[in-house]
Amino acid sequence: MFAFLVRRLVGAIPVLLVVSIFVFGFVRLLPGDPARLLAGPDASPQDVEAVRVELGLDKPVWLQYGTWVGHLAQGDLGRSSRTRQPVATEIGERFMPTLWLTVAAMVWATLVGMTIGVVSGVRRGQWQDQVGMVLAVSGISFPAFWLGLLLISVFSVRLGWLPTGGYGTWQHFVLPSFTLGVAVAAVLARFTRSAFVEVAGEDYVRTARAKGLPERLVVWKHALRNALLPVITMTGLQFGFLLGGAVVVETVFAWPGLGRLLVDSVSYRDYPVMQAEILLFSLEFILINLAVDVLYAVVNPEIRLR
Amino acid sequence: MSASQTTVEAARIDSPLAEFWRRFRRKRVALAAGAVILLIMLVAVAAPLLSPYDPATPDYDNILAPTSVLHWFGTDAYGRDVLSRVIWGARISLAVGIISAAAGGAVGISLGLVSGFFGGWLDNVIMRLCDVLFAFPGLLLAIAVVAVLGPGISNVIWATAVFSVPAFARLVRGDTLALKQTVYVQAARSIGVRPLMLMLRHILPGAMPGVIVNGSLRLGNNILTAASLSFLGLGAQPPSPEWGAMLADGRSYIGVADWLTWFPGLAIFVTVLAFNLMGDGLRDALSQKLQ
Repeated sequence: MFAFLVRRLVGAIPVLLVVSIFVFGFVRLLPGDPARLLAGPDASPQDVEAVRVELGLDKPVWLQYGTWVGHLAQGDLGRSSRTRQPVATEIGERFMPTLWLTVAAMVWATLVGMTIGVVSGVRRGQWQDQVGMVLAVSGISFPAFWLGLLLISVFSVRLGWLPTGGYGTWQHFVLPSFTLGVAVAAVLARFTRSAFVEVAGEDYVRTARAKGLPERLVVWKHALRNALLPVITMTGLQFGFLLGGAVVVETVFAWPGLGRLLVDSVSYRDYPVMQAEILLFSLEFILINLAVDVLYAVVNPEIRLR
Repeated sequence: MSASQTTVEAARIDSPLAEFWRRFRRKRVALAAGAVILLIMLVAVAAPLLSPYDPATPDYDNILAPTSVLHWFGTDAYGRDVLSRVIWGARISLAVGIISAAAGGAVGISLGLVSGFFGGWLDNVIMRLCDVLFAFPGLLLAIAVVAVLGPGISNVIWATAVFSVPAFARLVRGDTLALKQTVYVQAARSIGVRPLMLMLRHILPGAMPGVIVNGSLRLGNNILTAASLSFLGLGAQPPSPEWGAMLADGRSYIGVADWLTWFPGLAIFVTVLAFNLMGDGLRDALSQKLQ
């Protein structure tokens, strides 16, 4: 197990390196001269030049990359070209709100989604299945931003029960985490159901039934256990996809998180923040995939030995 | 009719596509969804004839008018008719969905065919690239592409096309690997049919059902992503009657003029739902296992 962990961790290093080069290069492709933008419309060419030197944009690209990685290794992500704050500070402030939002959404979405999926799978073709699957297909089709606005209009504006946005108390969490989780719950419900249906047709399930096991044991011990393997992967991947959804939900609910920061940094061409954000998101995906692999190895010993 | 003639006649074998269609015809929900999609397409094409008002002309005497006989969906902050804007918006959303799915599909299908047919290092490189694209959620990838190209609806099309590629590529690669081994492809190869012809005429038709299923689900997904980008201000820009952009405009009037968020949102939901339901029906018709 330990050897497997080390092997997977070492394997992630070249991926990170490639991602860092990609992220660095991609930000240089952006249209518009950031020095010019930052100096303002009335700036003289000398002022623009001064800003350029200050940002290091006058140096050759490879040197800029070297400097950037060097600083990165020391935890220095540069300064936001918009607020002049250190990027690490900006991201640090935004990290926890997004983490809590995604965790809250993930927890309820996994519980509800997998329950709906199992119930639909067990009661295949019956009304429980039909209701569950109608809910699920609606869930994946519902635009999160519309759902958010509808919820605000009902629960905040009309009923006055919950705040329209912002961050702080538990009341602030209710609407955003619900909005964010809907699509994930729907995807998991569909996925769990099809995994369950697939397993239900396998020989060992038929054997379990044939030897007279009670249906409860057939479902929980034989079918569900095996159906859950692919569901673990899917759940892990969904966690990554929540970060994408967070961009929209944070915008709707004025949530002070990473998603909102990313949209702002793109709108304002805030290079350093954009770079750091994309790098951070990539790192998170790599870690999530790694965690899924490890979890898989824990569940299925065959993988460890390969 | 002579007896010898009937013995020569082989048993009729339906093409996979015809077989597929026969099974799909029985899915009522999916057929209804297909009808809804046709209707939306019709509305998009006939927008100039159907929309009661010009979608862009302000009417300052009718600002934020609620739903009425004159304005079924009410008017917005500039007095523009929301129904007309929703109708014109269908053009944008469908165009974005169709073009991006077609472009992403074309690239993905080509990559999948080449990858599955030739195998080796080429296969490896293509599939690793797809893995990387797959690892990112579509919306973040699209934001990254829009960040490079700049905001705007045409860039949104490219952005959504890019993340449509890997799903098509993987799917077609899998089908190609299987179809490569079939008797008819082996036979065609043995009489000297060139690789390009083999791929296009003998393998691609067999991969089409999967492509159609994925295409339908992709279309819905891409429409949703494009609307999200416009909502974030990274896609279609304000005067445009794009549904996501209309929602972004309407959010300042929640509680004052809810129809501004209701109708464009409903339009997105119904359109995406129709594509998803049709895609589900197509997929069920395709997979014999669930029969």
